[in-house]
Amino acid sequence: MRIALFVTCVNDLVFPGTGRAVVRLLERLGHRVDFPPEQTCCGQMHANSGYRAEALPLVRGFVAAFDRYDVVVAPSGSCVAMVRDGYPRLAEGDPALHAAVTALAPRTLELSELLVDVLGATDVGATFPHRVAYHPTCHGLRMLRLGDRPRRLLASVRGLDLVELAEPEQCCGFGGTFALKNSAVSGAMLADKCADAVASGAEYLAAADNSCLAHIGGGLARRPGAPRPIHYAEILAGPEEDR
Amino acid sequence: MTGTGRITAALPFPVAARRQLADGQLRDNLRRATRTIRDRRARTVAQVPDWEALRAAGTAIKDDVLGRLPELLEQFEAAAGAAGAQVHWARDAAEACAVVTDLVRATGADEVVKVKSMATQEIGLNEALAAAGISAVETDLAELIVQLAGDTPSHILVPAIHYNRRQIRDILAAGLPAADAARLTDDPAVLAEVARYRLRQRFLTARVAVCGANFAVAETGSLVVVESEGNGRMCLTLPETLICVVGVEKVVPTFTDLEVFLQLLPASATGERMNPYTSVWTGVRPGDGPRSVHVVLLDNGRSDTLADRVGRQALRCIRCSACLNVCPVYEQVGGHAYGSTYPGPIGAILSPQLTGPDGGANRTLPYASTLCGACYDVCPVRINIPEVLVHLRQVGVDARRDRPSPERAALRAMSWVMRDRRRYRAALRAARRGAAPLRRVGGRRGGVRRLPWPLSAWTTARDAPLPPGQTFGEWWAGRNPEAHR
Repeated sequence: MRIALFVTCVNDLVFPGTGRAVVRLLERLGHRVDFPPEQTCCGQMHANSGYRAEALPLVRGFVAAFDRYDVVVAPSGSCVAMVRDGYPRLAEGDPALHAAVTALAPRTLELSELLVDVLGATDVGATFPHRVAYHPTCHGLRMLRLGDRPRRLLASVRGLDLVELAEPEQCCGFGGTFALKNSAVSGAMLADKCADAVASGAEYLAAADNSCLAHIGGGLARRPGAPRPIHYAEILAGPEEDR
Repeated sequence: MTGTGRITAALPFPVAARRQLADGQLRDNLRRATRTIRDRRARTVAQVPDWEALRAAGTAIKDDVLGRLPELLEQFEAAAGAAGAQVHWARDAAEACAVVTDLVRATGADEVVKVKSMATQEIGLNEALAAAGISAVETDLAELIVQLAGDTPSHILVPAIHYNRRQIRDILAAGLPAADAARLTDDPAVLAEVARYRLRQRFLTARVAVCGANFAVAETGSLVVVESEGNGRMCLTLPETLICVVGVEKVVPTFTDLEVFLQLLPASATGERMNPYTSVWTGVRPGDGPRSVHVVLLDNGRSDTLADRVGRQALRCIRCSACLNVCPVYEQVGGHAYGSTYPGPIGAILSPQLTGPDGGANRTLPYASTLCGACYDVCPVRINIPEVLVHLRQVGVDARRDRPSPERAALRAMSWVMRDRRRYRAALRAARRGAAPLRRVGGRRGGVRRLPWPLSAWTTARDAPLPPGQTFGEWWAGRNPEAHR
């Protein structure tokens, strides 16, 4: 099985540790991971902001980079949802591209889908002796229907005490450009999410999307004693030895 | 023809929302009320074993209606006419208000009783009647409270959701003699009794009633009103003249179709398996009900909306307001921030479509969402609200393609950079290097506390993350040098 890592542009630049964690984790489980160097960005920000014409070249780029792989894995529910839910719609009107994306979309998986559904692993052999709350980010929750996969993976980590948020499914208020265009409303939603995270008593707030985590983490950083944001791939992968 | 009336936001959503956010009492009231209804809906829906099948059926019936609307409306007109009702057609709010005003004038009445109706709110009927010297009395309790407060509804189903019961007590007390007002408590039963007393005389003396309809059955010419308080039943049975204002998309083909919607609507709206009052009536019949029945079929932008292949699904809406109660944005700002009769997620896709491209501040409404998708999950007729929001953003962007904007310039530049791996790698490298001085000064937990405009919109509420010293691509290239030449 040829597994390609789609690291996503946000992780590539701002959260490379998450990409390294995915590589470390999959290699530990005995799989080879490829990083196709042609990859850039999925175009979600363009598409969701209404810039279809600007998103389309990025759709084509994604297909060119990943078409030859059996499975594409990304540590981002939101970017995978863009490919699976958004690409077929964006490609309407270009039959060849549409055929390519509808073939590639089902093979593009969020990390927990690859681990649980394809590799059949819920215990990945990790240890993380901390209290962790999991925030199911909206696109993973409602577009990919990740369900309890990430929680099952976390619950199998040795030493990890998984606690629940009071309202886990409430959006954190990020919403891409929403956080800038409607920053006041976004900030109010963030305040609720941060209060929930603090009240959970967790040391870490885990999620499957670093974009949402950057938003929540940016709010938590201003609250003393708040949990630290962490991508759940980094918990599953364990600490980096060579750094 | 584009829609008119009370469906156009006066202020851009971000501005209106910021004003509402400043009201802490409002946010408390909304949080409590939306959660109560949201939880009740979830419990009730969980008890319906064929809920998904019902949703699919409701969606299919509505799509069938939208596919042959003219035919069904003509069928409705013929059936209602044969049953003794008179059908009028109104292209926009002004025409609809004129039709209703003339009908009321012809009866000689100077007061009408009203059943809560979104269509009459949409066209601003109460104001139009007032201008003609006719007073309209709202008989739904919450709608009456809003009317007495000189306010506008902030929710489709619960118009006074922005008030708590103490505030409602004060509103009702203001209309009472001083001695009675002093004794008024905020017990809901007591408050309802005050309204009941106020309204009872009105029901018995009113000669004209105005209502909307949840459904209009093409096959039989019947109108259906779904309600909880019994005020609707009073209005539909007691006055001599009944005037019903109905959006054209409310038509359903057959009486049997109601079987689906009378399950979907109460469960989604109030979290009840069955609502207390469902009134169905067909034209005029001897010895009972109104002597004269008029139906005003309202377009007001609906035909234009129907012409949009993606956006038309908004016309499936049955006004249950489940999407409002789960929306994390609505919960923070309430209905007034949307500036239209239709607030919340459904309002964000319906109002701009009804008013069309000249809807002023309505073009900010498709951005009033994080695209979290909670609304789509609960919609009983599966309106993919996030899909329509993105579609409307795209329509807006395409319409202003030739006008310069910093956002367009930035996104075009990003797209150009990102469609080529070398440009992309160079840009990441530049961003990483550019962040290096910030990392040295401000980097508490790797974040920045303050950024200049326009990124200050981010740092008002949250630290901004900083790229570390090496991108993932650089790390990979160092690890697998052969793969990257």
